[in-house]
Amino acid sequence: MSKVEMTVNGRSVSGDVEDRTLLVHFLREHLGLTGTHVGCDTSQCGACVVHVDGKAVKSCTMLAAQAARAEVTTIEGLAAGGELHPVQAAFKEHHGLQCGFCTPGMIMAAVDMINRHSGKLDEKTVRAELEGNICRCTGYHNIVKAVLAATEQMGGAAKVAAE
Amino acid sequence: MGIEGIGARVARKEDKRFITGKGRFTEDMVVPGMKQAVFVRSPHAHANIKGIDVSAAKAMPGVIDVLAGDELAEDGIGSLICGWMIHSRDGSPMNMGEWRPLAQSKVRYVGDAVAIVIADTRAQARDAAEAVEVEYKVLPVVTDPAETLQDGAPQIHDNAPGNLIFNWGIGEEEATDSALAGAAHVTEMEIVNNRLVPNAMEPRAALGHYDAAEDHYTCWTTSQNPHVARLVMSAFYNVAPENKLRVIAPDVGGGFGSKIYIYPEEIVCLWASKKTGVPVKWVADRTEAFLTDAHGRDHVTKVKMGFDADNRIVGLKVDTIANLGAYMSLFSSATPTYLYATLLSGQYNIPNIYGNVRAVYTNTAPVDAYRGAGRPEATYVLERTMETAARELGISPAELRRANLIREFPHQTPVIMNYDTGDFEASLNAAMKAADYDGFPARKAEAEGRGKKRGIGMSCYIEACGIAPSQAVGSLGAGVGLWESAEVRVNAVGTIEVLTGSHSHGQGHETTFAQLVSDRLGIPIDNVSIVHGDTDKVQMGMGTYGSRSGAVGMSAIVKALDKVEKKAKMIAAHLLEADEADIVIENGQVKVAGTDKALGWHEVALNAYTAHNLPGGMEPGLKEGAFYDPANFTFPAGCYICEVEVDPQTGKTEIIQFVAADDFGNIINPMIVEGQVHGGVAQGIGQALLEGTVYDEGGQLLTASYMDYCMPRAGDLPSFQVSHQTTECTTNPLGIKGCGEAGAIGSPPAVINAITDAIGNNNLTMPATSQKVWAAVNAA
Amino acid sequence: MYETSYHRAESVEEAAKKMGTAEGGKYVAGGQTLIPTMKQRLASPDALIDLRHIPDMKGISINGKDVRIGAATTHAEVASSADLDAVCPGIASLAGHIGDPHVRHMGTIGGSIANNDPAADYPAAMLALGAAIHTNKREIAAGDFFAGMFETALEEDEIITAVSFTAPEKCAYSKFPNPASRYAMAGVFVARTGDDVRVAVTGAGMDGVFRWEEAESALGSNFAASALEGLAVNEGEMLSDIHGSAEYRANLVKVMAMRAIAEAG
Repeated sequence: MSKVEMTVNGRSVSGDVEDRTLLVHFLREHLGLTGTHVGCDTSQCGACVVHVDGKAVKSCTMLAAQAARAEVTTIEGLAAGGELHPVQAAFKEHHGLQCGFCTPGMIMAAVDMINRHSGKLDEKTVRAELEGNICRCTGYHNIVKAVLAATEQMGGAAKVAAE
Repeated sequence: MGIEGIGARVARKEDKRFITGKGRFTEDMVVPGMKQAVFVRSPHAHANIKGIDVSAAKAMPGVIDVLAGDELAEDGIGSLICGWMIHSRDGSPMNMGEWRPLAQSKVRYVGDAVAIVIADTRAQARDAAEAVEVEYKVLPVVTDPAETLQDGAPQIHDNAPGNLIFNWGIGEEEATDSALAGAAHVTEMEIVNNRLVPNAMEPRAALGHYDAAEDHYTCWTTSQNPHVARLVMSAFYNVAPENKLRVIAPDVGGGFGSKIYIYPEEIVCLWASKKTGVPVKWVADRTEAFLTDAHGRDHVTKVKMGFDADNRIVGLKVDTIANLGAYMSLFSSATPTYLYATLLSGQYNIPNIYGNVRAVYTNTAPVDAYRGAGRPEATYVLERTMETAARELGISPAELRRANLIREFPHQTPVIMNYDTGDFEASLNAAMKAADYDGFPARKAEAEGRGKKRGIGMSCYIEACGIAPSQAVGSLGAGVGLWESAEVRVNAVGTIEVLTGSHSHGQGHETTFAQLVSDRLGIPIDNVSIVHGDTDKVQMGMGTYGSRSGAVGMSAIVKALDKVEKKAKMIAAHLLEADEADIVIENGQVKVAGTDKALGWHEVALNAYTAHNLPGGMEPGLKEGAFYDPANFTFPAGCYICEVEVDPQTGKTEIIQFVAADDFGNIINPMIVEGQVHGGVAQGIGQALLEGTVYDEGGQLLTASYMDYCMPRAGDLPSFQVSHQTTECTTNPLGIKGCGEAGAIGSPPAVINAITDAIGNNNLTMPATSQKVWAAVNAA
Repeated sequence: MYETSYHRAESVEEAAKKMGTAEGGKYVAGGQTLIPTMKQRLASPDALIDLRHIPDMKGISINGKDVRIGAATTHAEVASSADLDAVCPGIASLAGHIGDPHVRHMGTIGGSIANNDPAADYPAAMLALGAAIHTNKREIAAGDFFAGMFETALEEDEIITAVSFTAPEKCAYSKFPNPASRYAMAGVFVARTGDDVRVAVTGAGMDGVFRWEEAESALGSNFAASALEGLAVNEGEMLSDIHGSAEYRANLVKVMAMRAIAEAG
C-alpha cells in the first residue's frame, strides 16, 4: 500500500491504495469518478482515456502511483462551470453517441486531438487519430462529424480549451 | 410535425449524462458491504470434472467464500434453458442438453463457469481464483459445425446423439427439387457465415443483493430485457419468486443481442449473495466477454438457385448447418430457423423454396441472436447467390434483381412470411443513383491506372422485425408472447411519465418516445420522462431486440395515449360544456374544435386529480396502461451498394463508398435512425472485412482480445451515404417498420460482392482479410 | 495484476540502486507494454522502478546530422519534433505510427527497444540507422543489441539512457499493421547514405528484427524499388500466425521495402 496524491479536475486528492491499483480504478473506486470506463484488458478500446498533465492517456494502462503528483482531468472535469465543452456539445448536437459507454474516452481523445492539431483537422486525420478508441454503436460516422464540428467551433481557441 | 414531434431531428435527451460522465452503468453501482466476484472458468474445451478443491482459495487474503456447482444444485437452482421449442422434420423435439450455471460433472467449452470466488477486492478474488484446484479429465474436442456431425466426433451432450440438436425443414422439398431439375440455369454455392463476437463496449456485469430482512433480491444487470430476466430466473432457475426479485438494467452500454440472454453469472451472483450474506458484484473483463458472451452467426450452407430462360428464379434450395456452441442459449433455436429460413425469399418472387437446417453442438461458446439474427445469414446466402448468378448468366446484377423483385403487396412467400408493403425498386433506384452506379466503369479504369482493383457490389435485403405476433410465434414454438406494454402517467401539473417495457441501450428511447407524446399532445419533450429498465417501476415488458421498440413498444404507448386522450377529452368536454366528439388536443391545449374555448393540457390534468368537477361516475386521475400485440411482423427492406479498391500487392481493401437506401416505414427521429444504420453497416463491414473468430483444434479461442479480434476502427470505415424511401407499415398504428438491424443485415454481401467483382475471383470467405484477398488475387 | 511495489526514481543512479535492492524488480518507462502484460498476469515483477521522471533521460538533441534521443522520450515527442523530422524524417514518421495517440503519449523509445517485441517498430529503425544504444554501463551497437524475440544484450539491472545515430541522407519506414493489434505484420526501415544502404525488417521474422542484406546490396548500386524485383526474403524464416502466413509476410516485407524506398526518394 502507498499513499497516492494527485490533482484531479483541479482538486487535490489522495488515497491509500495497493501499488498495483490502476489509475482508472483509483478514479472510479476511490474518487467515485465513474465516468471513466474500462472496455478492454489490452489497452485498445480507449474507454478509459483521461488527460494526465494535459495529454490523453489510457488510465487502464497506468498505475495510480505512476500518476502521483500529476494533474489529471477526467470527463467529469471537462465542462467548466456547468457549461458543456464544445466537444461535448458537438457530440450531442451531431448524435456522436448511442450507448454512451465509449463516449467519455472518445470526448477526451477528441479534445486532445483538436489541441494537438491546433484546430486544423480533416476527416482522414480525425479517423486516423481515433485509432485508439473503439465504438461499437455509431460506425464512427457521427463521431467524426462531431469532432470536425467542434474543431471548427473551437477555431483558434483550440489550444487552450482543454484544461 | 412539431419541432419536437414525429419526424423532427431532435438532439437526444439522454446525452447529457453520458457526455459529462454521469451515466450509471451496472459497474458503477455500489451497495454498502458489496464484495467482488471472479469466476473460475474451465481452461479446457471438453473435460470431465473429477474434483474441485477450494480449501486453499478460501484461506487467501480477503476471501469471503468460494462456491461451486454442487452447492448451487443443493439449493435447487435450475439449469439454463432455451425458450423456443423446435421440432425436427420427423416430429421429434429438439435435443436440449443440460446447462448448469456452475458446471458439476463436465465442462463443454473454454470459459464454462465452474466456481465463484467472492472477496473484498477484485484483485484478491482473482488471486484466489487461481488457487482453486479443479481436477479435469480432458476429453476430445470438436469445434467445427460440419465435423461435429461426422461419425466418431466427440459426444458433447448425452441426449443429443451425434451432436445433432434438431434437423428442421421449411417449405416444399419435392416441388423445389423438381423446379430446380427443370431450371434453365442453376447457380450452386457453398457459403460460410463467419462466427462473430458481439462486443458491446460495456462488458457484461451483475450485482446481486439479497436482503435477508425483507427476504428480497435485487439484481442490477446489463440486460436488454430485465423483465424477461426476472421471469426466467423465477420460473425456470428457481432463484426467487417474481414478487421477491427486482431486476434493474440501468444504463446499458450496447447489447446487439448479446445482452438478451440470461447467463450463469447473474443467477450465481444472486444465489451467492444469499449464501454469503453480502452483495456480490461481478464485472466481465474483455477476454471473459470474448469467451462467454453468446456469439453470433456461424453457419455453413449449400445453396442452389434455379432460373428459367428469362432469368426468373424458379426455385431455391438451402441446406444449412448452424453451430449453436456448447449449450443452447435462450433464443438460440429460433435464430437459425424462424428468423433465418423464413426470409429466404428475400425481395424476390420465388415460387419454390425449401430450407433445411441442422443445428449442432460443438465445444465452443454458445451462439445466439446477434444484430440481425438469422436475417443477415439469409441475406448473405441470397445476395451472394444472386450476384454470382448474374455473373454466370452474363447480365447486370442490378437487372437480374430488378427482374425478380416482388411488386405486389401483400405478398405471401413460400416460407411463412406475408409482406404487407414495400417498394423495393425505389430503394434499388435510389441506391444506384446515389452510388453513381452507371459511372462505375470509368472509376474502375481510373483506379486501374493507379494500380488498384476497383469493384462494386450490391445487396437487396428484406428482414422481419417488430417481433412479434404472440399467437404466431407461440404456434412456432416460442415460450413467451412478444407483445409490449406501456403506461402513460399524467401528473397533476400535466407533465408525463411513460413507463415502457422496451429497454434503451443506445437506441435513444428517452427522446423518440417523448417525441411521440409531444406529437400527440403538443407539450415539450422536456415535460415527458421515459421510465424503463426496472421491474419494480414498470409492470411488465419484453425488452428491446429484433428492431421491435418502435414498431411494438411505441405502438403500446400509442394505445395507452389513446386511452389518456379519451379521458382527457371527456374531462374537457365536461368542463367546457361541449360535446366530447368536438374536443381536439393540439399545441398543449384541449379545445373545442373551431372555437376559442380551450383548456391548457395542465388544467385538464389538474382537474383529473383535484376531482372537484369530473363527469359523473368518472374515477379521478389520468393514467392509463396498454399492451400491444402486433398483428404481423414488419418488413424493413432496402438496397445497399458498396464500392471498394483493392491493393493487389497487399490485399488490403479500402471501402471507397457505401450507400444505404432503406425503407423503414415512418420515422420518428431521422437523426437517430441514420445513426442506427451507420452502426449496423459498420458491424456488417466488420463481419465482411475484419472480424474473424478462431478456435484452434483444442477449442482454445485464439481471438480472445482486441489484439487478435479485429474490431472496426474509424480508419477502417468511410462516411456513409444514407437515404430513406418510405412505404408505411400497414399493421401498426405508427406505420413503423424498424431500423435497428438493417445495416448489419444488408451490408456483408454488398462488401463481398464488391471485392469479388474487383479481383475477379468469387472464391472468398468472410472476413475478407488482406491476407485472404491477396491470396485470392493471386489465385484469380 | 499480481501484487507489486512501485518506486519512482529521480536519477539513473537512484534507479540502478533501487533495482539492486529490489527482489524481482523490473524497470518501467511508459509501461504501455509492461502494464498490459502484468494485467494479464503474464509478468509479475515484485517491484517496478519507474524511469519516466528522470530528467537526464528525456529529450532530443541534434547537432548537424548527429542525433541523440533520451530513452524516456515519448513516441509523441519523437513524432512531433520538427527538428528531428528535418534531419531524419523516417524515425519521426515511425514514431507517429506506433500504437495510438494515447499510447504515444506514454510509451518511450527506451522501453520499446528494451522490450524488443518482434513486432515493435523502433528496433527496425535502430538497426537500419546503425544506432548506438547507450546504457548506464556502456554503449552497444544496435547490431549487437537485438538478440531475438524479446531478447536483448541488456543485463538485468542495466538501463538504456539514450540512443544516438548519424542521420542518413535518406530514410523512410513503411509498415503494414496487424489489423487488430496494429503492431507491425511487416515494417521495413530503409536508410541510405551514399552507397551504404540498410534495410531492417520488423514484425515478420521468426527471430525478431533483422537486416535484409540481399536487398541492401541490390540497393547499394541502384536505390530504386525496382532493384528488389526478383528478390525475396526466406519464407522459412518468417512468422506465421492467424493473421498472416509466412508466405504472406514474405510478400509484405518486399512490398513494404519497395514503398519505403519510394518514400525515401
